[in-house]
Amino acid sequence: MGCGISLDNDYSLIKKTERAMKAAVLIQRWYRQYVARMEVRRRCTWTIFQSIEYAGEQDQIKLQNFFTYLMDHFTPTNSNQRDLIAHIFTEDEIYKETELEKYFDHESIELPESYTGPHIDFPLTAAHAAALVEAFRHKQQLHARYVLQLLHETLKHLKLLPNINRVCTCFCEEITICGDLHGQLDDLLLIFYKNGLPSVEKPYIFNGDYVDRGKNSIEILLILFAFLLVYPNEVHMNRGNHEDYIVNLRYGFTKEVMQKYKMHGRKIHKLLQIVFSWMPLATVIDQKVLITHGGISDTTDLDIIAKVDRHKYVSVLRPPKKKKRHNMAEALSIRGGLTSEGDIQTTNMDSRPSLRRLSLTSTPCYSPGTRKRSPHDISKKVRRSVEEELEKCRRQVGFSEPYEDGKFSLSFSESDSESFEVCESDNAEWKQIVDILWSDPMHQEGCVPNAVRGGGCYYGPDVTEKVLSRHNIQLLIRSHECKQDGYEFCHNRKVLTIFSASNYYELGSNRGAYVKLGPDLIPHLVQYQVSRTTRKLTMKQRVSRVERSALRALREQLFSHKSDLISVFEKYDKNKTGRISLNDWATVVESVLHLGLPWRVLRSQLVQSAPEGLLEYHAWFDDLAIEQPTTEHVHQSLLETLYRNRSNLETIFRIIDSDNSGLVSFEEFCQTWKLLSSHLNMEISNEAISDLARSIDFNKDGSIDINEFLEAFRLVDKIHYTEREGSLLLTTPGDLL
Amino acid sequence: MAEEKESAEAMISEIHKQITDAFDVFDHEFNKTVDVREVGTIIRSLGCCPSEGELHDLLAEIEEEEPTGYIRFEKFLPTMTKVLMERRYRPIPEDVLLRAFEVLDQEKKGHLEPEELTKYMSEEGEPFTQEEMEEMLSAAVDPDKNVILYKDYVGMMTVEDN
Repeated sequence: MGCGISLDNDYSLIKKTERAMKAAVLIQRWYRQYVARMEVRRRCTWTIFQSIEYAGEQDQIKLQNFFTYLMDHFTPTNSNQRDLIAHIFTEDEIYKETELEKYFDHESIELPESYTGPHIDFPLTAAHAAALVEAFRHKQQLHARYVLQLLHETLKHLKLLPNINRVCTCFCEEITICGDLHGQLDDLLLIFYKNGLPSVEKPYIFNGDYVDRGKNSIEILLILFAFLLVYPNEVHMNRGNHEDYIVNLRYGFTKEVMQKYKMHGRKIHKLLQIVFSWMPLATVIDQKVLITHGGISDTTDLDIIAKVDRHKYVSVLRPPKKKKRHNMAEALSIRGGLTSEGDIQTTNMDSRPSLRRLSLTSTPCYSPGTRKRSPHDISKKVRRSVEEELEKCRRQVGFSEPYEDGKFSLSFSESDSESFEVCESDNAEWKQIVDILWSDPMHQEGCVPNAVRGGGCYYGPDVTEKVLSRHNIQLLIRSHECKQDGYEFCHNRKVLTIFSASNYYELGSNRGAYVKLGPDLIPHLVQYQVSRTTRKLTMKQRVSRVERSALRALREQLFSHKSDLISVFEKYDKNKTGRISLNDWATVVESVLHLGLPWRVLRSQLVQSAPEGLLEYHAWFDDLAIEQPTTEHVHQSLLETLYRNRSNLETIFRIIDSDNSGLVSFEEFCQTWKLLSSHLNMEISNEAISDLARSIDFNKDGSIDINEFLEAFRLVDKIHYTEREGSLLLTTPGDLL
Repeated sequence: MAEEKESAEAMISEIHKQITDAFDVFDHEFNKTVDVREVGTIIRSLGCCPSEGELHDLLAEIEEEEPTGYIRFEKFLPTMTKVLMERRYRPIPEDVLLRAFEVLDQEKKGHLEPEELTKYMSEEGEPFTQEEMEEMLSAAVDPDKNVILYKDYVGMMTVEDN
């Protein structure tokens, strides 16, 4: 800033320069505040997505609770109900090898003349695998015949593999490790583009969660299986928690397979279940780096894991199968549940049918808002609420006797008791597997049950230290959690999370990453993001876009709790002015939704106007409203409950819809909804349910199309959204859509 | 008199909740501490617009005697409450901002060349980092004319602040 020495001439120059400097400081000050506020919006958006994602996973727990409730307390009173229950609890059968060949016979499936998709032949070659990649890039579909054949061959190969793959870096330069892909084919293609296809010189380890949520789950599996067969020594695949048919029912993979393969879909789906159960559980590199999908717990013991019969766990969410089950009583030993810190109530091994009760780690009333509190707090609360919940269920069905541990009366024949027992060592083994697939790291020390996900643990840095040193391991690479930058180190860089699905929540939400390890075992990370447009977007546009998505999801949550919210607002609005202070608004919303979100920070995005700091809450809901055109006459709270539970309903429907027709009968719908709503403590008259069912039966033929039913919510929301976009959200012409 | 006291208390309580919410967004370990490098962001998100120098002074009040790299909520809350009660570091009104740009536009062209703005922002006052500069230019520069039409830019940016 050197100015001249003389006075008068330079005086105005000095003044000018001073003013320029002041102006610069001002602009810098302003700009930095602007950036800070963008950053907070971005963080909040992330929190919203995570809250809602975990709310979805909590839904799964609710569903399990519901099934448990049915099993414990429900007595079918007619054949329809019995059928329904049987549907829900039919155990899948273990197929013998010969049966497998017969049932999954691909030879009998003819390739139509019109088929223009890729052709493969066995033994598979690298050219075939590369051809598959190209074909899928061009949006072709592999014919069911080839799919079954490929899955068959894959199964044969997987059966030869140990539970823990042992890999060494001595034969190659670097091993590439990828995390969750979740059906996002574009990400896999980008990885192959940047890093090269798998080959003898280019080994890969894939760490689970290949399916669900994204649209190309089956394509990803087929590509990876193909490379697995072509390069059996260089390509390794770990099982993730989504390689599980129960999870797939909810999160979209089952639907994808059915939609793409229609009549062959069932066979493919069933074969996949078996394939998943045979996938290895972990990989170890040079005996020094452990790679597994979720992580560890304080009891993790690789020696135990190495010895289990992993294929017994077709779904990790249910205890291991013992034998073929036919009747319902045996089927009841499926206690869809996950242990709470290995806590098993002891039973009296006497004549009465007794059962080792495996309690779930979470309850319906518990929400992902707890992410904002430490896992230790969550664990304590959960144990209390499980007891409360059980008590509620019992009271509801009129059990007046106190509940004795391990004993309860069933209305079924007691002679089928043998199959009920699950012995202790089985449980310990089961826990080992659940823990490595479902756990998450946490900052605090210790090991507590993972109440948010309902399975596995939260493990602290001390647990990592202990388990890793016990096995002489220096690094744990895991996936399972979405990270903004595609990866994250924690626990003194002893744990690396790697997540390979970019834009997971929404376009622009996060990058994906993969890691390369050479003989020095030093991780080299590569990040990427699939999108042509995000690179050109300004920070504001990126943030806005992701934020819009998050806010949309959040508005859905608010809407689906409208009745509860209004009744609490009214409590605060004693003078019945129809208005409430913004401070009270935030308090009420959190108390009803339990999402643990910073509502005061989000307020400006959710509340359009509040003159004098007061919000007219009825009008506010009009702004948020999602309208269902055909059910105006249905009671508002019923509609909300339906909306809130649509995921659960979808899952149940898909279970019931055993022929995958996409239709459930009127009767089935009413039964299901009645059961679910009694579990949810809702008083519904038969009339109201029939009314509801009738209004959903759009073509009035006595059956309800599942997809139509669900689309009704999504479609309407989309319409509403585009109408509202201009007014509710602060879009500017500069925003890209 | 009692009413006044009540409303003052209510106001403080409201401010406390706001500060807590903003703090929690950055409290990744759930132990009521945040990384010191994020404190500026938190303060700005609460509506304050301090310069870097003012931020530095504020931090000196909030930090521990022996800086640990972390800021505790117990120290943050009282300081921040005072800042908000005293309405310090108020945001900059649109017209003042516009005049600042006009000062930089010494030739009164009605726009700024990217190089001009870069020079000022990166060399004067409390200089921008390269990243900050690039980010600002990406939004500020009119793609067709390749200049910064600062009147439009200010107008667009301030719509965001409701």
